[in-house]
Parts: sequence; structure tokens; C-alpha cells
Amino acid sequence: MKYHDAATSKGGWLSREHTVAEPGFNRWLVPPAALCVHLCIGEVYAFSVFNKPLSLLHATVGADGTKVPGADDWSIASLGWIFSIAILFLGLAAAFGGTWVEKVGPRKTMAAAAALFGGGFLVASLGVAWHQLLLVYFGYGVLGGCGLGLGYISPVKTLMSWFPDKPGMATGMAIMGFGGGAFIASPLSVWLMGIGGVAFAFVVLGIVYFVYMMVGATIVRVPPKGWLPQGYVAPRQSKGLITTANVHVDEALKTRQFWLLWGVLFLNVTAGIGVLGQASLMSQEMFPGLITAGAAAGFVGLLSLFNMGGRFFWASTSDYIGRRNTYMVFFALGIVLYALVPTTGQMGSIVLFVLFYGIILSMYGGGFATIPAYLKDVFGNQYVGAIHGRLLTAWSAAGIVGPVLVNYIRQYQIDSGVPKADAYTVTMYIMAGLLAVGFVLNFMMKPVDERHHMEAEPAPSRA
Amino acid sequence: MANETSNSTNVKLALAWAFVGIPLAWGIVMTLLNALALFQ
Repeated sequence: MKYHDAATSKGGWLSREHTVAEPGFNRWLVPPAALCVHLCIGEVYAFSVFNKPLSLLHATVGADGTKVPGADDWSIASLGWIFSIAILFLGLAAAFGGTWVEKVGPRKTMAAAAALFGGGFLVASLGVAWHQLLLVYFGYGVLGGCGLGLGYISPVKTLMSWFPDKPGMATGMAIMGFGGGAFIASPLSVWLMGIGGVAFAFVVLGIVYFVYMMVGATIVRVPPKGWLPQGYVAPRQSKGLITTANVHVDEALKTRQFWLLWGVLFLNVTAGIGVLGQASLMSQEMFPGLITAGAAAGFVGLLSLFNMGGRFFWASTSDYIGRRNTYMVFFALGIVLYALVPTTGQMGSIVLFVLFYGIILSMYGGGFATIPAYLKDVFGNQYVGAIHGRLLTAWSAAGIVGPVLVNYIRQYQIDSGVPKADAYTVTMYIMAGLLAVGFVLNFMMKPVDERHHMEAEPAPSRA
Repeated sequence: MANETSNSTNVKLALAWAFVGIPLAWGIVMTLLNALALFQ
């Protein structure tokens, strides 16, 4: 089936037409515009800082000076759903909003994401003030989650259109911001709660994030039709997995390649997210007496730095060695490192443990950042944003499977009498096994058959 | 005129990157300071 592109819309300042770059526009202004959005929505990784204060809103002070939860205070388990709902709606919004994003362009999408994410905080603040948990679920979880999904995919295609010579690096920069958002949000949230409580922090964050994201929406531009960077010659023929054709988003879902890449992302994220969620506990149990709770918190922060840095490093590297080869490195090196982690515990080597985990988490982040350019290579640039949105359902699925896998295997080991320090050994080997499956899926990637391609448009000329 | 345009673009670039770079750098420094406890 052949498709014709009719993805244009008319409108005001937010429309795609008003976002076309004026002559002399510098393309290096686009990554900061994308970072304005991703640094804000990356806050979701730091949401756990609100859990304890939210569970003590009606607390009383006990005889020993500690806070005792009130009878109607929310449990930590019920508060955990806020994050889960947000991630669920992130996946849904990215999957179902992708086609709309392609149609209206990056500015309207960023503005919608800003309104939803910032507005979600404001609605959640009402939920806190009136002590209505459902309102918090709806505000931060549903509205904020939709803002997360739209914001995540909003700049991806725009960046790759501006940087056809370095698509991995360009998207790596933006998605690095998603990894880095928690570094800012965590101390900022704690500071704001110290001033005026949780509801006050939500109101301030909602307003600040809305304004910050709107700055990104103001800066962002799309290149004029046919624009190419100076000195860049667009390839005229497909080479290996890199196609010069385009595949429509609905057609992409009918290809084997889409589902192979879905599996590749799912397995890479499952392995990483499973151990990321347990990193603090795991480090303390593998090195009892050597890593304290405070040091474990520092370890988690350090892993987040590797996660963020890996997004830029690996995505940029993929521009030189290719996307398929980059994922081959993730899976092959990942298998070795996961298999060696238990040995570092037996050796008592904290340095090697931190180093191995750091590299693993860098490849977890690198997987997120490299996938948009991989999709562009395989399906072309025209619908890459929408296809990327659909592929992110793999993230939502992995977000459930990864932690469950790690938690249940650990508990089973402990219940079977295995010492806590050794309880993660089997988990690590299972993770290595998952990566071996990912290696095979990635190895099976071949170019998309021509019958899935859209009708070719005339080749672009330099503006 | 061309120089003025170029200067204006450079200022915009510097402001845009500072707008995202300064908060990110602050967050990274705070995280590194917390991570020092791991090796003490």
C-alpha cells in the first residue's frame, strides 16, 4: 500500500507553518529547546522524594520525636501508584499521540506537553490540599503522564531533520536531558517542601515547569522543506539497514523489523530497569557492612549519572559505528558484565562493582537514546516520531516486567535459604540470558521490504 | 549587517545553552557530592 503525505496544518503561533526557521537560523538552538522539555519531564524519576512526605500529611509527633502517620494518611503502596500511572500514560500518549505530533509539529506538541505536565502538578496540588488521592492520581498520573509522553517524543523528529549528518548525537542530547532531569528535581523538590510543604512544592513546580517548557516551545524551529546542512550530501541509495525510503507509521507495524526492534528495546530496558530499581538494596546486601544506606544513595545517584552520560555517549557513537553494531555492543558487553557482577561481590571489590554497574546503566540509557536513530535508519525520517511513539510501549512493558523479575527472583532465593549477599547471582545470570535473546533479535535485523515503502518524493535540494 | 546577525545568533546560542546547562551542571555537582559517600 502506498501513502501520500498530507501532514500539514494551518493555525496561529503554535502551528507548524509558524515554526519554519527563518534564513540564518542556527540549528544548534534546537537541542537546548528539546532539553527545556526533557529536563522538566525527567522529573518523573525523582518523584519518589514526595512519597514519604505524602504519607505523613496528617501525621502526629510521637513521644520519641518521630512522626507517626495519621489514621487517614496514605500508605506508601497506594502512593507508588502515582508513578506507575504516570509511566502507563506516558506510553499510551506516546503510542496514540505520535500521529498527531507528526501532523501539528513540535511547538504545539511542546505547548500541549507543558500544559498537561504543569497543569497536572497544579491538579495534584489540589488533591494534596483536599486530601483526595484520586485527584493526585488524575493530576500527576493521568494528565502529567500524557504530558510526559507527548513531551518525550515532541523534539525527536525535529532534531533528526536538523541533524541528518548526526541523528544519534542530536537525539542523544535531548534524551540525555530526560536522564538528567531528576538531578535538578530531587534537591529542588526537597528545598520547596521545606519552605511550604508538598502542595506548595507542586504549585511552584507546575508553574516553573510550564514556563521552562514553553521557552523550549518558543525556541524550537523546523527546517524549511528540502533544507540540508552545509557540506552534507544526502545518500541517494539505501545502504545496509539505512534506507532512503519512508515507511508509513501504520505500515511499519506490519513489518518484522518493528517487532524485532520492539523486542530489542524491551529486553535492553528490562535488564537495566530491573537492577536500577533495586540498586540501593542490592549494593547494601552484596557488601554488608561496607556500603551504608547513605553510601547506597550516593551509588544510585552515580548510576543515574552513567545512565545520563550513556545516552549522549552511545547515541553519538552510533553515528560512527552504526545502530546495529551499537546494540551488538550493548548486548555482548552486557552479557559479560552481568555475569561478572556476582564475582565482584565475592571479591569484595566495590570499585569493580560500581564500574560494572555504571557501564551497564550507561548502556541502558544508551538504548533509549539510540533507538530513534535506529528507527530513522530502518523506516526513514517521515514518520519516525510516530513510529518511535508506538515503540515506546516496549518501555511501559519493560517497566512492569523488569522490577517484578528482579524482586521475585530475589525473594525466591532468600526463601530457599540462599544468603542475601548471594541472592542476586541467579538474577544476574537471567538478565544475561535476556540480553542473549536481544543479541539474536538484533542480529536478525534486515532492511524493510520495498513493498512497505511509501511513494518516493523528488530528492531535496540545498536551500 | 552580517556581523550583527552573527553576533545576535551567538548571543542567542549562549543564552539558550546557559538556560539548560546551568541547572543541569548544578544537579550533576549535587549528585557527585552525594556519591562521594560511597568511597569514604
